[in-house]
Amino acid sequence: MAQKEIELILLRQCASYLVMPIWLMGPDGELLYYNEPAETILGRRFDEAGPMPGEELSAMFLTTAEDGSPIDADDLPINIALTKRRPAHLPMRIRGLDGIWRMIEVTAFPIKGQEGRHLGAVAIFWEIESE
Amino acid sequence: MKITLWGTRGCIPSLEPDTARYGGNTACVEVRGANGSLLILDAGTGIKRLGANLDPGISRVDILLTHLHLDHILGLGFFGPIDEPDMEVHIWGPPSPTMDLRSRLARYLSPPIFPIHLRDLRSRITLHDVSRGSFEIGGMEIMSDLVCHPGPTFGYRVTEMGRSIAYLPDHEPALGSHHFPEDPDWTSGFQLASGVDILVHDAQYSAAEYPNHVGWGHSSLQQALAFAAAADVGELVTFHHDPTHSDALLDELLGEVRKTAGLNLQLTPGTEGASFQLV
Repeated sequence: MAQKEIELILLRQCASYLVMPIWLMGPDGELLYYNEPAETILGRRFDEAGPMPGEELSAMFLTTAEDGSPIDADDLPINIALTKRRPAHLPMRIRGLDGIWRMIEVTAFPIKGQEGRHLGAVAIFWEIESE
Repeated sequence: MKITLWGTRGCIPSLEPDTARYGGNTACVEVRGANGSLLILDAGTGIKRLGANLDPGISRVDILLTHLHLDHILGLGFFGPIDEPDMEVHIWGPPSPTMDLRSRLARYLSPPIFPIHLRDLRSRITLHDVSRGSFEIGGMEIMSDLVCHPGPTFGYRVTEMGRSIAYLPDHEPALGSHHFPEDPDWTSGFQLASGVDILVHDAQYSAAEYPNHVGWGHSSLQQALAFAAAADVGELVTFHHDPTHSDALLDELLGEVRKTAGLNLQLTPGTEGASFQLV
């Protein structure tokens, strides 16, 4: 793998120090990192899950609207941040790799680096409750 | 390719009796290509003496700035050739998100900080906003990339005829890293330094000093060594010596490292006036 962009390196380092759950994606929708607080929501340590391509993510982490109805992938905040390059926020349910459904709110924003490069997106999870 | 160190000190010129051996001038490194082309890495106070020692036949100079902190541009206005009408001077450096290199440099090279405007210097000056990537100057291939240091900061790798030097004078690759430096993909500057013959790298602090300066953008000697070893470089030249470190203290710190670490590369303290030949 090629060395990551410095902005992503610094973001990951910053996320690793924060106590709010943070999820970091690359420009092609690949999962690059989630921090330790996010591990409790996603149900697995990142060191075990590892980075993964975007196409695997929707199968790994199931999501629904608050009422259990499906959410179109294009409407997920992280995908809005990635493809439309604008911030987005949505309450939703997510099933972690431990099989537990959790009610969360997600805030996502795009990462724009030096020279205007699109480098990916960040999602912050706000846990409301476990089911 | 011949490399000469004209300034190795960090932060502020420290021309004192107890820093005379390693040198007190701030960052400036001359890289002379096989065809005589002249590349200057940073324009700290060391550039003044470099300018005074240039061959009379030189008509073009390329100055690559890593960033615009004062210790890296302080000598620019005192570089003799920059005020010579027949001289062509190209200055390369990082823009900010809101200002180009010319506007940023002019903040220093203008009153009241400096008596002369950049535009009034008599050489033919061309400014280049550097982008990440590769370009060529005088037969030498330059690779530039952003590195971990406050504000937009580049590191450079210069390659000619298969030999290469990486120059990362202000660099804190260990910042916040839990596994430094085992993970090359997530290590700032790794690609620039990977496999070079000579790495000129920030080694400002002792291991004891670093914890009080996390996030300031510099490395300890031990971190510089770990980075160099991970990047598989041939020779590490320590650089950006702390202005409070005397020659005796630098000797002591280097001596400790040589005793405790199993070195698998050549460790050379950056010394003003030292030259390295890569053929």
